Amino acid sequence: MTSRSVAVVGAAECDLGVTNASVLELQTQAVTRALADAGLSLRDVDGFATNNVSRFSTTTMSDYFGIRPTWVDSSFVGGSAFESYVARGVQAIEAGQANVVVVSYASNQRSARSRSLGGVHEDHLPEAQFETPYGPLFPLSYYAMAAQAYLDRFGVTRAQLAEIAVSAREWALLNPKAFRYGSGPLTVDDVLGSTMISTPLTAGDCCLVTDGGGAVVLTSAARARELAQKPVLVLGYGESTGHSAMASCDDILDTGAARAANKAYATSGLTPGDIDVVEVYDSFTITAALSLEALGLCGPGEAVVMAADGLLRPGGSLPVNTSGGGLSYCHPGQFGILLLVEAVRQLRGECGPRQVPDAEIAVAHGTGGILSHHSTVLLGVDR
Amino acid sequence: MSASLKQVGAGEGYVPPSDELTEPWWNATREHRFMLQHCGACDSVQHYPRHLCVGCGSSEHLSWVESHGRGVIDTFTVVHRAARPDLDVPYVVARIRLAEGPIVLSNIVDVSPDEVESGALVLLEWRDLADGRALPVFTIESEDAA
Repeated sequence: MTSRSVAVVGAAECDLGVTNASVLELQTQAVTRALADAGLSLRDVDGFATNNVSRFSTTTMSDYFGIRPTWVDSSFVGGSAFESYVARGVQAIEAGQANVVVVSYASNQRSARSRSLGGVHEDHLPEAQFETPYGPLFPLSYYAMAAQAYLDRFGVTRAQLAEIAVSAREWALLNPKAFRYGSGPLTVDDVLGSTMISTPLTAGDCCLVTDGGGAVVLTSAARARELAQKPVLVLGYGESTGHSAMASCDDILDTGAARAANKAYATSGLTPGDIDVVEVYDSFTITAALSLEALGLCGPGEAVVMAADGLLRPGGSLPVNTSGGGLSYCHPGQFGILLLVEAVRQLRGECGPRQVPDAEIAVAHGTGGILSHHSTVLLGVDR
Repeated sequence: MSASLKQVGAGEGYVPPSDELTEPWWNATREHRFMLQHCGACDSVQHYPRHLCVGCGSSEHLSWVESHGRGVIDTFTVVHRAARPDLDVPYVVARIRLAEGPIVLSNIVDVSPDEVESGALVLLEWRDLADGRALPVFTIESEDAA
């Protein structure tokens, strides 16, 4: 069991949407705002995890911030990295390698127009010779093939899958920071009728492409109780790593997410029924559906039925992606940091109109690559 | 040739050169033969080619065996936004489970995308590249040929 000895004491977003800012400016916003939220300063930081700044992201940012951490991590596994940074940050604090760990991320991908549908390819890897020639969109076409398999296996419909996006929009309409805050409700017909990208996924099934990011600050639970904010304890965590090629996974729907979730439950002593707020990666509608099922919050094939029944929306029995998610709030290339920020805010009761009443336990579950890496963090109020 | 290449999504120049491991594999494509790696230690068959067997970890017992070129569509997607400027949409990208076991990524060609479905039987086909190599693709096996 996790000792519950480490807490999240600060959380913040950098500017989101279309910022016309540099990655370094957005990183600075994320880190300084999260530290200010915690009542700490850069002088206190001796552990630091981030990626996507440069080839040497943690030394780049340590230099830029003028800090000299005794523990860093920049594992590059996709958008789920930040849940894993929290897990390893907990371990670093418990092992005495660091006292205050900052986990941050920022991207200006929309302002910089740096995203391409085809993806980034490395000629020395097997995929370049054996998969890329066939023109899959990366990562989109892999999620599309998973979605097709999901529809075939469970006999559910594109319309039911689209309800995941509809639900996300309902939450975004309650979040002034959401990219789609003022866009009005989304309908299933809107999703099905938007531009087809890679069947069965339309543009409406796909996340936003925005700038954005954020940071969270970790320290010991003992110190947390002396700081500015109500501590949010790390109750458990787990992760799972698999394939990187599109043809390597024997069952495209057996992603490894359940392995990550089950480790998190085992280390926390919690069960799916204990969770009040759910923040899952929704790079695509299918990602969220597979994640909810892997977390044991419903059975296989049932997530989209729950979505269609309205249960994932504001006021529903299973509040999912209360920020509006990657689909309607913000998706800066790697979304995992913002799952954590929203989970922390829900547990502190700071979310205004979208606040889940009496939220005491939250899960942040990230997905990286092409359903390649999965990382689950369970968070709870300090009781 | 370039027209048919465009249809299948195999624009010439977009297949990287082979390396020391994959050179025999690509050379076999010049004769339209699809090779798989077989491990003599544990009898596993794998694709893509690797420097070790993922079944048992052995690097010493790998050899090449030829696929019979038959398989089943595991799952697929019809791509409507081209990954590269040389590709004409729509085109079909699929995971194909070969009869020998391994799953491969490829295109389904010579068929209307509307007619592609998971579980369909497929046959190996080839698209020749300008450098003499060939890219394996698949066609739906017609009922009278089955």
